[in-house]
Amino acid sequence: MEATSHAFADNARAGLADPVLRRALGMAGAGFPARRAEAIARLPEFEALRDQGKAIKDHTIAHLDFYLEIYEKNVTASGGAVHWARDAAEARAAVLGICRSVGAKIVTKGKSMVAEEIALNEHLEANGITPVETDLGEYIIQLRHEPPSHIIAPAIHLMKEQVEETFRASHTALDPTRPLSEAPQLCAEARTMLRPHFLAADVGITGANFLVAETGSSIIVTNEGNGDLTQTLPKIHIVVASLEKIVPTLEDAATLLRLLARSATGQEFSSYTTMSTGPRRPGDLDGPEQYHVVLIDNGRSALIGGEFQDMLRCLRCAACLNHCPVYTAIGGHAYGWVYPGPMGAVLTPALIGLDEAGDLPNASSFCGRCESVCPVRIPLPKMMRHWRERQFAQGKAPAVYRNGLKLWAWAARRPALYHELVELQARLLGWLGEGRGRFRSLPLAGDWTRARDMPAPEGRSFHALWAKRQRAARQKIGR
Amino acid sequence: MTARDDVLGGIRRALGRGALAEGAAGELDARVAAHRRNLIPARAAALDPPARVDLFVAMAEAVQTTVARLASAAAVPGEVARYLAAENLPAELAMAPDPTLEALPWNERPLVQIRRGAATAGDAVSLTPCLAAVAETGTLMLVSGDHTPTTLNFLPDTHIVVLRAGQVVASYEDGWDLLRRRPGDGPAALPRTVNFITGPSRTGDIEQKIELGAHGPRRLHVILVDDAGES
Repeated sequence: MEATSHAFADNARAGLADPVLRRALGMAGAGFPARRAEAIARLPEFEALRDQGKAIKDHTIAHLDFYLEIYEKNVTASGGAVHWARDAAEARAAVLGICRSVGAKIVTKGKSMVAEEIALNEHLEANGITPVETDLGEYIIQLRHEPPSHIIAPAIHLMKEQVEETFRASHTALDPTRPLSEAPQLCAEARTMLRPHFLAADVGITGANFLVAETGSSIIVTNEGNGDLTQTLPKIHIVVASLEKIVPTLEDAATLLRLLARSATGQEFSSYTTMSTGPRRPGDLDGPEQYHVVLIDNGRSALIGGEFQDMLRCLRCAACLNHCPVYTAIGGHAYGWVYPGPMGAVLTPALIGLDEAGDLPNASSFCGRCESVCPVRIPLPKMMRHWRERQFAQGKAPAVYRNGLKLWAWAARRPALYHELVELQARLLGWLGEGRGRFRSLPLAGDWTRARDMPAPEGRSFHALWAKRQRAARQKIGR
Repeated sequence: MTARDDVLGGIRRALGRGALAEGAAGELDARVAAHRRNLIPARAAALDPPARVDLFVAMAEAVQTTVARLASAAAVPGEVARYLAAENLPAELAMAPDPTLEALPWNERPLVQIRRGAATAGDAVSLTPCLAAVAETGTLMLVSGDHTPTTLNFLPDTHIVVLRAGQVVASYEDGWDLLRRRPGDGPAALPRTVNFITGPSRTGDIEQKIELGAHGPRRLHVILVDDAGES
């Protein structure tokens, strides 16, 4: 997928100006956090489970080579195959090769963010294979040729009227008089349209929420059942997964599963949690004849041992998006690539570079809600700060910001002058703002004052007030 | 260098070490083999079996699973017929060819037509057994196998599951232990698929309103047989 993260500021402004998007995001911004809070209130052990979830992921990353090797051994022992991919191109080639080995024409897909990351659909289409997204949200945005705007609810930016328009434009056999204005009608329409694809597909591709080293299994978590139809009906099941999805044991997976659905949708458990181990067994009455895992690095291993390693704990639950005041105001498309919101602001620069995505870690008020809801306690604000530091160190911060800081640093190293300047500024602003008590606009801070007023200082700097107070205290003692 | 060597080598460099020494690897092997449980919520684990079954029913019903409780397995065909009639469904079943289901007195319900095997596109209703049910979240645990095709769990519009009260366990971890008790060793002895099913298929993809029956079954009906006196 072509990144437009460099145009973040324009994308964000466009998002803010889009009334339909604001309405759609308003619903999401209220619904997800409330349901999550209710689910967590019902489980007293939730905080302790978060600590354990974090520990499991940290342990796994610290021994990732070991667990990947036993995972591979067990996939092979169950009759499946692991294909290692250093980057997106190798991953795409591996998937295409498997599809071609059976002359596949139609490929069904369960929702997978890593498949978006490696731009799998475009590659399959370019090679004459039709990928059909089967998750309802993914299906809608595939018809609209849009990228997902949320990692678990890809069509969250749309209202039902737009879904109706999309279906009427794409489903050409649809009777124009048939009512299609309500969600149940739209769901039924999608179900009817997708059913033949499930049955006709030669290959089914899913992602994985977890890969279990102990058993060589992949686990997917869904609500619709599309992932299960995708991986059960065709001759071949391909799992595309990045390597940090590994967990050591089924017990470890169970702990993380308890965190995942509650953090994501506020459900106790998603409708379908499915564990797959290898292909159809002798005697099985259905299921794929081949089971392949395309195991993708694409920048993950480079994060190990550095200041962004904690990001490899991410379960992709989207709680940080749902609770982010920036994400819920501008929507996912503004972030310009696959991963939006706070987790995207940290992960995207790591995967596509700070030059392209440098604005993303700056688009945060550091309110800390993301970290406070993260099921595996990823310090997202701290890592956004690391990106800002790196940006500054590489001279990539905006000139106003760089020069402003230089000027400040020059003055701050001269305390006497600094205090004088601050005192002067406080007196000046205090005098100018005396009448109204606040400023509607300020030079050099137009972006800031466009949305709010700046309260006028009361005329003295803190240093001056403090010095006066100390003097008074000393006099008192002296007397 | 293969991609595999490159990726593993990159990870080891980043971790500042080579491949794990035998001792360290042995410790990790032991960690995996121990199947040590992490924290398990008290919600279900602290209950006695009858209360656990009640919790399963309450949690299942909270996610739109319907549950009918019967005193004996012999009453299952009657309940199936009643349910199909009440829901206005045709009296036709795609049934898992499972010995426990075959043993039920279907001859008492000659009007219910039964086809055995994997699901086909036209099947409206399926009937399957399950391996277990997890009280903690009202979750059914089904496994694929010679007598239990996975398609029955997803293709038909209505899925009916027969569950014995004795199969209700507290946690997913109890379910893992059941899998490990199956005969055979290693991953090949596991079923190809384990389905944890918690309520009927649903989606919130249109304006976050929950709609049932997105792609999988619209209805999930559990026939719960109180088998305390039978086993």
